[in-house]
Amino acid sequence: MVEPTAARDVETWDATVVRVLKSHDVRLVAHVPDKVLAPLIRRLVDDDFFTVVSPAREEEAVGIVAGAYLAGMRGIALMQTSGFATLPNVLASLALPFQLPILMLVSERGTLGDFQLAQAMVCSTLRPILQALKIEHFAIQRMDEVEFVVGQMIRQAYATQAPAAMILSPLLTARRGGIQ
Amino acid sequence: MTAIRHLSRADAHVMNRSALTRRLVARLPDDVAVVGGIGHTHFDLWAAGQRARNFYMLGSMGLAVPIALGVALAQPRRRVIALEGDGSLLMQLGALGTVMAARPKNLAIFVWDNGAYQITGAQPTATSAGVDLVAIARGAGIAAATWAADEAHFEALVELALSGDGPLFVAARTDNQPPAGTTDRDAARIRMRFMDALKQG
Ligand SMILES: Cc1ncc(C[n+]2csc(CCOP(=O)(O)OP(=O)(O)O)c2C)c(N)n1
Repeated sequence: MVEPTAARDVETWDATVVRVLKSHDVRLVAHVPDKVLAPLIRRLVDDDFFTVVSPAREEEAVGIVAGAYLAGMRGIALMQTSGFATLPNVLASLALPFQLPILMLVSERGTLGDFQLAQAMVCSTLRPILQALKIEHFAIQRMDEVEFVVGQMIRQAYATQAPAAMILSPLLTARRGGIQ
Repeated sequence: MTAIRHLSRADAHVMNRSALTRRLVARLPDDVAVVGGIGHTHFDLWAAGQRARNFYMLGSMGLAVPIALGVALAQPRRRVIALEGDGSLLMQLGALGTVMAARPKNLAIFVWDNGAYQITGAQPTATSAGVDLVAIARGAGIAAATWAADEAHFEALVELALSGDGPLFVAARTDNQPPAGTTDRDAARIRMRFMDALKQG
C-alpha cells in the first residue's frame, strides 16, 4: 500500500531554509520572534552551526548582521512584517550606502486572513518600502520554490553587495493540506 | 577589576572628547577594531588618526554598539570597541541587553556623555536631566560598567578594555567643545578599508 504523502519524510519549509543557509555558510542569525518563524528559530537555536542572537529591535539585528559581514561572517536577520516596517532608516543609511549584503527573511503577516487591522495596515508598507529603496525582494509561496529562491537570493546579495528580502508568504507557511 | 568603580554621573569629571579619543587611539594596538557612532563621536575618532580598523558609522543613530557586537561575534579573538554618544545610546538602550546576553568577551563600549545632541544644536539629552547610563548598563546586566572618574582612570579603563574579559562599559562625561575634525564620508571606501584590514591580523 502506498502511504499518503504527508506521512512520508517530506522536508518542511523551515528545514529547507536551514539547509540552504548552511550550504551558503550563513552562520549568524539575529531574530526578533514571530509565530510563523518559531519552528525555524527553534531549529537554528538547536543547531551548533549557527550563532543565534536575539536583539530587542530589528534595527539592532541589521546592525549586528552588518558588523559580522564586515568581519567576514555571513548573517541573516529574521523578522515579521511589523519589524521590517521599522527598518527604512537603517537600510537607507547603512546597508545601501555601505553596500552591505544584509539578508532578511520576513514573515508576511497582515494578509490572506489576518485578523488584526494593525498587522494588515503595516503589511501594506512592506513592498512600497522595498521598492522605494530598490531592494531585491521575492515572496516565496510554494514549498518547491524555497530552495531555489533562498539560494539564488543569497547568491545575488553577496555577488552584488546588496541587501535582499525573502518574504515568507502565508501561501507557504499557513496553507494547510496540498503543497505545504 | 579594580578599575571598575562605583561612581555616579555626578562623581565623574567633565573631560574633553577630542582629547580622550586621542588618548584612547594612542593606546590601541593596530589589530583592535573600533566602530565610531554618529554625532561628533566619529568626527573625533577620524581626527585622532585614521586607523584602517576604524569604522565610521555615518547615519544610523544608535547602531554603533550592534555593529561592534557583530564584529565581535564574527571575530572572537579580536578586541572590538564601540564608541557612542549619549543621545545615540539612549535611542537604542535595548542593545545593552543584547550585548549582555551574547556575552562577547572581546567587546568594550565607550560612551561620551556630553548631556546633549551636540551635532544637531546641543539640545539637552535625558542624561542632563539625570539619566545615569552606567546605572542602566549595570541594570542591563553588564557588571563591568563604570564612569571614568578622570583622565588617569580613563587610561586604566582603556587598558582593561584591551586585556580584561568583556563586555566592558565605560562612560565619560565630556564638555561641548567642537570636534577636532570632520570625517571623510566616502561610505564605500570606509567599508573596503575596514573589511580588508579585518581580513588581516
Ligand atoms: C534616527 C535618527 N534620528 C535623528 C537623527 C539626527 N541626529 C543625528 S546625530 C544626532 C545627535 C547625536 O547625539 P549624540 O549621540 O549624543 O552625539 P553628539 O552629537 O553629542 O556628539 C541626531 C539627533 C538621526 N541621524 N537619526
